[in-house]
Amino acid sequence: MAPNPMKFVDGVARVKAERPALEFGTGVFEYAPAPEATDHVRLEPRYGLFVDGGFVAPKSERWFDTVNPATEEKLAEVADAGEADVDAAVKAARAAFRTWSKLAGAERGKYVYRIARLIQEKARELAIVETMDGGKPIKEARDVDVPLAAAHFFYHAGWADKLPWAFPGRSVAPLGVCGQIIPWNFPLLMAAWKLAPALAAGNTVVLKPAETTPLTAMKLAEILREAELPPGVVNIVTGAGETGAHLVNHPGVAKIAFTGSTEVGKLIQRALAGTEKRLTLELGGKAANIVFADAALDQAVEGIVNGIYFNQGHVCCAGSRLLVEESIEEDLLARLDWRIRQLRVGDPLDKNTDVGAINSRAQLEKIRELTRCGVEEGAHLHQPECALPARGFFFPPTYFTHVAQSHRIAREEIFGPVLAVMSFRTPDEAVEKANNLAYGLSAGVWTDKGAKIFAMTKRLRAGVVWANTFNKFDPTSPFGGYKESGFGREGGVHGLEAYVEVS
Amino acid sequence: MSLDVRKTYKMYLGGEFVRSESGRYDPAADAQGNHLANVCRGSRKDVRDAVTKARAAQEKWAGLTAYLRGQILYRMAEMLEGRAAAFAELLHATSGATPAAAKKEARAAIDRIVHYAGWSDKYGALLSSVNPVASSYFDFSLPEPTGVVGIVAPEEPALLGLVSHVLPVIVSGNSCVVLLSEKDPLPGLEWAEVLATSDLPGGVVNLLSGHKSEMLPHLARHMDVNALSLAGVAKTLETESLKDAAVNVKRTRTWHLPDYFAATAQGLDPIRAFVEIKTTWHPVGW
Repeated sequence: MAPNPMKFVDGVARVKAERPALEFGTGVFEYAPAPEATDHVRLEPRYGLFVDGGFVAPKSERWFDTVNPATEEKLAEVADAGEADVDAAVKAARAAFRTWSKLAGAERGKYVYRIARLIQEKARELAIVETMDGGKPIKEARDVDVPLAAAHFFYHAGWADKLPWAFPGRSVAPLGVCGQIIPWNFPLLMAAWKLAPALAAGNTVVLKPAETTPLTAMKLAEILREAELPPGVVNIVTGAGETGAHLVNHPGVAKIAFTGSTEVGKLIQRALAGTEKRLTLELGGKAANIVFADAALDQAVEGIVNGIYFNQGHVCCAGSRLLVEESIEEDLLARLDWRIRQLRVGDPLDKNTDVGAINSRAQLEKIRELTRCGVEEGAHLHQPECALPARGFFFPPTYFTHVAQSHRIAREEIFGPVLAVMSFRTPDEAVEKANNLAYGLSAGVWTDKGAKIFAMTKRLRAGVVWANTFNKFDPTSPFGGYKESGFGREGGVHGLEAYVEVS
Repeated sequence: MSLDVRKTYKMYLGGEFVRSESGRYDPAADAQGNHLANVCRGSRKDVRDAVTKARAAQEKWAGLTAYLRGQILYRMAEMLEGRAAAFAELLHATSGATPAAAKKEARAAIDRIVHYAGWSDKYGALLSSVNPVASSYFDFSLPEPTGVVGIVAPEEPALLGLVSHVLPVIVSGNSCVVLLSEKDPLPGLEWAEVLATSDLPGGVVNLLSGHKSEMLPHLARHMDVNALSLAGVAKTLETESLKDAAVNVKRTRTWHLPDYFAATAQGLDPIRAFVEIKTTWHPVGW
């Protein structure tokens, strides 16, 4: 191994960048902040639980703050649902199921279409709230999260009266009350992924948003009311893991859909063993992004950057392992290094920002810990010398070279903007390295040879494989994992299966 | 007079007939309680060996063309057909079924194998989709095998139940480790001889006899088993196995079928339960 040319800055080791970054303010490129205005956004000081069509104070009498991770300022107070609150929500959902499940599919569909349209109408406000509450760059909330959320409702609305065609020759019935637990990385979008197919299929729902990002779910509750969705069809209970556990264990729930960590997913699978409850799990990942020497390298660099730095790397399917063919490693890394230094890190509300705030202090600590571990285990750390805001939770886009497969940074899901670079010599070696973790959510392949693409995609044990692209999503396209990345699919005709009883 | 040549029943692992490494055995009796044979009592080590064999065989089996897998499974039916009378006699002896009922079960087992042989090049089309994404990508989803599947065959019908759960698992390219009927293991062990002569690659189906309560926990907890198919398992053991299955997020299905002879005991659903859907994206453009 080459000597490690590291120096320590802010307690972490850095490899000094050697090529100049694009210079702003020199007459070639001018940079000026372009902050999104927030004055038109309405936020209540306090949000109760959304149960049976209205906001109610929690029986637990507990509340917690939700903060803007970019400023550490409190945005609002949110209810912390206890067991009795979850019970009330499930009861409301059960009562609503009796009529909602019998409503003609076409009528159910029209409610879901309404929700899609209202999200589109309020897209700007939703994007801003998403960015304020979660820290993601406004351009991502605006161009990805919110439009896709609307698209999920619009797509699934159309299924409501067409379910028999999805399962020809079979009869299809809704399951009952679905308990849905979603993560903090795509708060509104995950709510849409979960709610849209459940509602279209005639189920009612108790949704638990993540504790650090409850606000767009509350805005969505307002939309559901405006859409005049019958009370109790969707109930939203905010809280942390304990609230989720009450929902999982509630006997009135027919199905649990969980997106989150593999660790918690296993606990839920155990908890449901021997019950009649159905389960789908969308869990962690540690995707390999494989670049062959015959790939279009500049496009691959864009894909690598999008793969790991999109949404600060808070993406279960992030391309967090780069496997590069040895013969082009130096060339590719030079391009990648240069590209990373052009990324703007900072105020998520600034329309120029590429990498926003880390979602929470706890997540920032986890990223720091694993990054330190990478250095301690002998990998070389590379970070651009970018100024980070004084307040808020930020972490620069980072990559490691000299990574061994045994390193924690090559095995564990960091869920942050940290890329582990490894190399390979043959396609067999690339496949072996890509598949050698328990995860199997996604993978990427970059090559200009068509036959090679399919030889690779066939052998990669992952539920979503992006060839010459990365991190693309669509409501028509089934998403979900192999192995310990979970089971069941979301989106497309395959995603419907999770929300119906076929007989 | 000529003395009977009695059969030594062995388990079937990696395409070979082997005794339990534990050296243990259980007597198997006919329906009247008369001793028929000694049957291997499989152990934890046997379970692990079987998983190793199943894993080693899986990728190659899945890599065969659907047409070839279909022909191999059809040949399995041909091999069983040739021995249908012997199986009917064995089923009559071990289960106490009337000769007519035993014959009916053997016939149904043959038909079930033919049914699934024909699925090999069809389920893929039915479970696939081309997804009309709202961007310039060609995006499609298709089923792939889950990997190694642990199967518990129902106690009865010993042959038809076994076939009904093994065939939908292997038709898609999975391999499997099977715990045979505990009270009536001989038809399953006899079926191994059908597998061995049907061109099915060794290791695709591994058959273990013994005590389910002893072996199933090790199968359910095994980190290199991807899925569990539990048929007719008693509630407590079933629940414990499903809990154990969470150790590596196994896909699980439990079956309590009232009638294995019914048309509803076959079809696409048992295949669908043990495939993964893979979605592939590729840009469309110049």
